[in-house]
Amino acid sequence: MNSVPLLQMEHIRKVFPGVVALDDVSLTIKEGTVHALMGENGAGKSTLMKILTGVYQRTEGTIKWQGQDLDTSSITHVLHSGITMIFQELNPIKTMKVCENIYVGREPYKIKGLMLDRRKIVEDTRALFSDLDITDIDPNEEMGNLTVAKMQMVEIAKAISYNAKLIIMDEPTSAISEKECRHLFSMVNQLKSRGIAFIFITHKMDEVFQISDEITIMRDGTYVGTYDAEKITHDELVKLMVGREITDMFPKEEAEITDVKLEVSGLNVDGVLKDISFKVHKGEILGFAGLMGAGRTEVMEALFGIRRASSGTVKIDGKEVRIHSPKDAIKHKIAFLTEDRRTTGCFLPLSVRDNIMVCSYNQISNKMKKISVGKEKKVCSRQIEKYAIKTPGPEQVIGNLSGGNQQKVLISRWLLTNPEIIILDEPTRGIDVGSKSEIHKMISRLAQQGVAVVMISSELPEILGMSDRIMVMYEGRITGEVSREEASQELIMRYASDLTDGQAGKGIGK
Amino acid sequence: MKDRSMKEKIMYIYNKAGVFIILLLMMVILTILTNTFLTGNNLINIVRQVTFWAIIGLGALVTLIGGDFDLSPGSVVGLVSVLSAMTIQTSVGNSLAMPILTTLAIGAAVGFVNGGLIDYLRMPAFIATLGTQLLLRGLALYISNGRPVSNLDSKFTYLGGGSIGVIPVPVIILVILSAFTWYLLKYTRLGRHIYAIGGNAQAAVVSGVNVKAVKLFTYVYAGIMAAIAGMLLTARVASGQPGLGESFEMKAISGCVIGGVSLSGGIGSVYSLICGILVIGVLNNGMDLMNISGYMQQIAEGLILILAVLLDVFRSRTSK
Repeated sequence: MNSVPLLQMEHIRKVFPGVVALDDVSLTIKEGTVHALMGENGAGKSTLMKILTGVYQRTEGTIKWQGQDLDTSSITHVLHSGITMIFQELNPIKTMKVCENIYVGREPYKIKGLMLDRRKIVEDTRALFSDLDITDIDPNEEMGNLTVAKMQMVEIAKAISYNAKLIIMDEPTSAISEKECRHLFSMVNQLKSRGIAFIFITHKMDEVFQISDEITIMRDGTYVGTYDAEKITHDELVKLMVGREITDMFPKEEAEITDVKLEVSGLNVDGVLKDISFKVHKGEILGFAGLMGAGRTEVMEALFGIRRASSGTVKIDGKEVRIHSPKDAIKHKIAFLTEDRRTTGCFLPLSVRDNIMVCSYNQISNKMKKISVGKEKKVCSRQIEKYAIKTPGPEQVIGNLSGGNQQKVLISRWLLTNPEIIILDEPTRGIDVGSKSEIHKMISRLAQQGVAVVMISSELPEILGMSDRIMVMYEGRITGEVSREEASQELIMRYASDLTDGQAGKGIGK
Repeated sequence: MKDRSMKEKIMYIYNKAGVFIILLLMMVILTILTNTFLTGNNLINIVRQVTFWAIIGLGALVTLIGGDFDLSPGSVVGLVSVLSAMTIQTSVGNSLAMPILTTLAIGAAVGFVNGGLIDYLRMPAFIATLGTQLLLRGLALYISNGRPVSNLDSKFTYLGGGSIGVIPVPVIILVILSAFTWYLLKYTRLGRHIYAIGGNAQAAVVSGVNVKAVKLFTYVYAGIMAAIAGMLLTARVASGQPGLGESFEMKAISGCVIGGVSLSGGIGSVYSLICGILVIGVLNNGMDLMNISGYMQQIAEGLILILAVLLDVFRSRTSK
């Protein structure tokens, strides 16, 4: 059956304003195979899939579906051609029944447009389920009552009912148990034998080898290659995924590392984090690496009092402290630059001034608790100048600034509190190169002043360039600790995918 | 900011001085159309009329800046009216202390209930305060048996009907409360935190703001403002009336929105509230002077409110 492949995407290029997201990427999928799509965060996997399913329009390139040009101008059109994408965050209508979810938007009618044929919906769903050997889901069950794994089954069934020939799954196993995962894979294998092809976007190495026939690797928006799953090893995969040279874009300036400032031990958050322990010294930059969803942000949220920890102790300067709210954390001189600027960082409708001052009103108030507007102006102008924030003035609404300048406002907000411990969660994500290097210089300088810095970053070069020590996380656990000297992209990726097969480093294996 | 579109430029000017210009425009038109508008008596009339809305508006302003709103003030006025009238009748030597304390206590209590329902029991503000609105009105009617409480002492009625010089007492109280609110919002940490929680509650949590406590405060403040307005209005009409203040909360909220207070929180000032309330007052007065029927007036007010909300939606869209 060496005929035309099911799907051929060739020389795909996608340009977003100012950024080339994909450059000359190709992907060929054969009928009845499982194809794993791999790469680091931001490698362009999702963008490629969004182009295939009509969410984004490509800038250049061709897409052929069963030998014919595929019209990807609308999502519905792609869906009816036989391509279905099942998203990581499933989006079923939770208040409707299973069967109604499957036939939503194309309900059969007894009398057209007036009277639904409810019985037919249920019967069709039963038939569909028995065809797929799904025995443990009642078509009349409310969708919201199902587990994530079962919802996934329903989504697959829905795809099959659309006569899908290609099903794309984004991180399908990230939220389901091992047993459910086996169930999913047996279903996939069964559908494979009927000629249905799958694309799996995943980070989990062992699964990739378990289920897939072919593997395509992407890196920084480019195509690296397609490999036969039986002929490639873990190590080769990791190398191919990171395989770029580190430029010295991230110069960490020398700083004196002294006493332990912060010590976290045995931190647990039910169902999210398991036994997290780490130390940060004064003047040290501790990097936190890991793939998306590894639990790095959650550690910091628990530390900062945003998320309730079920157990664990936090010591600052050797003394145990209890932090129940961000207010407590700030009192203990901790600052937390959050990951998502828009939702947990900026006060978008407010001015640059309000955004800088929000944590520091005490500093500009007199004994009667009256805020001195004059002092406020002075402090603001000083911060704006010191951190080179480009704004027409302190009264400018922050929503009108560029991402990089918003980030600088947030950093200046936190530094105004004179923190002794600062947590930076993805401090340079989505920021232009100029602001990025300014922020890196700021971080270096903080360490030089003796601040203990914790930095989460998904960009390996940033982690490697800036950190004195690196903690690597995987699925809510710390899987490795790497010093600056021994750090390499391969080693970190290995820990981040929990491959600790006898490699160097102080890995805490399974 | 040179590459602003025309639309953004208009929005910018409107945000800065829009309501004030509209207000002046309305006054000029009314001066031309009628010969009774620009007289001292009439202007004092307008001010007297809007005073009670404006006092409630100060509470509405604070809750709106905090990102929520309160529909109960109208009924707070009713309940306070009945109870403050009853307490002045029974108070020894007709002292004002009891009615004033009762008023403040009712306002604070309603605020705590509203804030508790919304903050701690996580009810949507709309439904929670709609519930207290019905409940309080019912309570006022039940306590008074639906009948007015009259024969109030002149010391009490002076609070609503008296003047110092030419300026009515309620107006003086409004000025004091406005100044206080202005100070609160501009010069205290609490005030700034109200803007912060309205601007982005999640970011406020991360910045160490006690969001629940601050939000609770906004409801208590709104309750107290409504209660004060209720007492002054009772003194003005010289009887405790359970039906008093109906739909005043809408007047207060409309005033805020017309003045440029954002319905999505974080934006607004005492200045915008006062301008917005005056627009409503002048509009009502103008229509009265031109003999436009009360029904028609209600239609006009509804239209103005819709227009103001539309502007607000527009504004938040251009800022994003």
